[in-house]
Amino acid sequence: MSRTASIITSITATPDEEARPAVDVVGLRKEFLRREPKSRWPHRKKPVPALKNLTFQIDQGECVAILGQNGSGKSTLVRLLSTLLLHDGGSARVFGHDVFGEPAAVRRLVNRVSVEASFFKKMSSAENLSYAARFYGLTAGQTRSRIPEILEKVGFPPDRRNESMESLSRGMQQKVALARALLTSPVLLLLDEPTTGLDPRSKLEVQTFIREVRGAHDVTILLCTHDLDEAEVLADRVGILDRGELLVLEPADDLKRRYGASTLEEAFFAATGRTFEQEEADAKEGLS
Amino acid sequence: MRGPAVTLRSELIGLAGVVERNAYLVKRYAWWEVAFFLWTVANTLTIVFIAKGVEAAGGELDVNRQTTVLLIGGVIWAYLGIIFEILTETVAWERWEGTIEYTFMAPLSRPVHLIGMGLFAVVYGVARAGLLFGVIAFFFDLEMPNADFISALVVLGVASISFIGIGMMTAVLPLISPEKGSQLGFIAQGMLLVVSGVYYSVEVLPAPMQWLSTISPATYALEGIRDAILHGAGVTDLWDELWPLVIIGAVSIPLGFAVFRRGERYAKQHGKLKRSG
Ligand SMILES: Nc1ncnc2c1ncn2[C@@H]1O[C@H](COP(=O)(O)OP(=O)(O)O)[C@@H](O)[C@H]1O
Ligand SMILES: [Mg+2]
Repeated sequence: MSRTASIITSITATPDEEARPAVDVVGLRKEFLRREPKSRWPHRKKPVPALKNLTFQIDQGECVAILGQNGSGKSTLVRLLSTLLLHDGGSARVFGHDVFGEPAAVRRLVNRVSVEASFFKKMSSAENLSYAARFYGLTAGQTRSRIPEILEKVGFPPDRRNESMESLSRGMQQKVALARALLTSPVLLLLDEPTTGLDPRSKLEVQTFIREVRGAHDVTILLCTHDLDEAEVLADRVGILDRGELLVLEPADDLKRRYGASTLEEAFFAATGRTFEQEEADAKEGLS
Repeated sequence: MRGPAVTLRSELIGLAGVVERNAYLVKRYAWWEVAFFLWTVANTLTIVFIAKGVEAAGGELDVNRQTTVLLIGGVIWAYLGIIFEILTETVAWERWEGTIEYTFMAPLSRPVHLIGMGLFAVVYGVARAGLLFGVIAFFFDLEMPNADFISALVVLGVASISFIGIGMMTAVLPLISPEKGSQLGFIAQGMLLVVSGVYYSVEVLPAPMQWLSTISPATYALEGIRDAILHGAGVTDLWDELWPLVIIGAVSIPLGFAVFRRGERYAKQHGKLKRSG
């Protein structure tokens, strides 16, 4: 615990930022243009909502999980908060900074782990981490010791840090992605299905580490996931995102009570009218 | 509020990061770089042999001089190719690997990011152009008794400011059209050089193309470098080429930023950076 704390310290919120909620989203909307299926050339495109009027807050130091089936808008939310998408309405603030008006201020505070690790495959993990840290103003002097430290912390064998990324397993790559996010000391960590597709052991290791990071210092976490158990175990509050709408956001126990359910899975079903099996099928359809 | 000095410092570290990343890529793809260089040598030779070919066919010309002119054109062609490729291809490549989202969400400002890529492109491009020039000059045993290579380099350096600006504009295309966008770098390279008199004097061009040649930085780069290498013109003799280059550079860099910024906004509005995940 203290190790993690010592690694992740340098950025802290300023007093002004201190007083605000970590994330403050009001009426947030995002649409994408989709081609009309039957239209001939020139293709007509119509806007399809990905997020509809999202409103919620996350307190500092809190871990909020957003559950949602594929295509419900989880990644869109994460991308909006990390300044990778522009919104179509509403507002979003991170520690008081307008995400769309002051992106530079927000970028310093945020980092992200997504379902795909996304690295230069021929480069080693040390090289990938090294240049990425530079973009956040960390010097070679600072990263020389921090990279091996942080890799060890996430359970990546530091002596493999000079191997190319493509020679590493998915689980290993995902640990490097976690290291990349933590290296820049974010106060808001956006996790977009960080354990999807991992083998059970890697999954457990990543989850354990997320819990450790939480305990060690006051990072705020938004965890988007498919995994009900993961949400229940890691998060203070659980939200259900269904087709771009946030149906509820409350502690898992309250959520179960609200729907008279004994498990989160039952509650999810009661809220959305869909089971998880159904969802897998929908997901495949969505991809085709 | 962070002080400007702190911001400047982290921007400079970020700039070093861009250069560092591209250096890793060159290192990791070193054999590919060698193969690519050999291709460039072969390509340049096919052009440079033309002077000897014309002579053998009975044409009358100063073979040494003409070969040098062709070599200069060939090297500039290759140099511009590298500049555009590094700027455009890196964006396309990052999009392909998915790292572009991590680069674009980092606090590094876009102008510094682009300048970092431009800087790397120039350093790498100059080294490669120098090597190419040397290899082929040696191959033909070219004599360049008057050559002032320093002033040729100065002209190339000043022209590179404009090349980087134009490269930024082509680099935006992979953001908008992920599949074909990077091809547009080649189109820009070809168009720029054809109107600039790459292997010939611009006087042979039809009038509209001649007009275009006056706003192309490559025109002045080629003229200046030929003067320096064939006639030993020093930096002060090349003022006529240098001042247009400075002006075109001063326009094209801000224009490059603006175009890239628009492209980035478009990509962020329509979710073009990445879709899956
Ligand atoms: N870049 C994009 N371009 C077009 N449509 C998109 C894009 N990203 C997401 N969408 C659409 O928005 C909706 C939400 O997608 P997403 O946020 O990826 O969901 P999730 O992460 O929950 O699976 C889906 O209908 C998806 O097709
Ligand atoms: Mg997703």
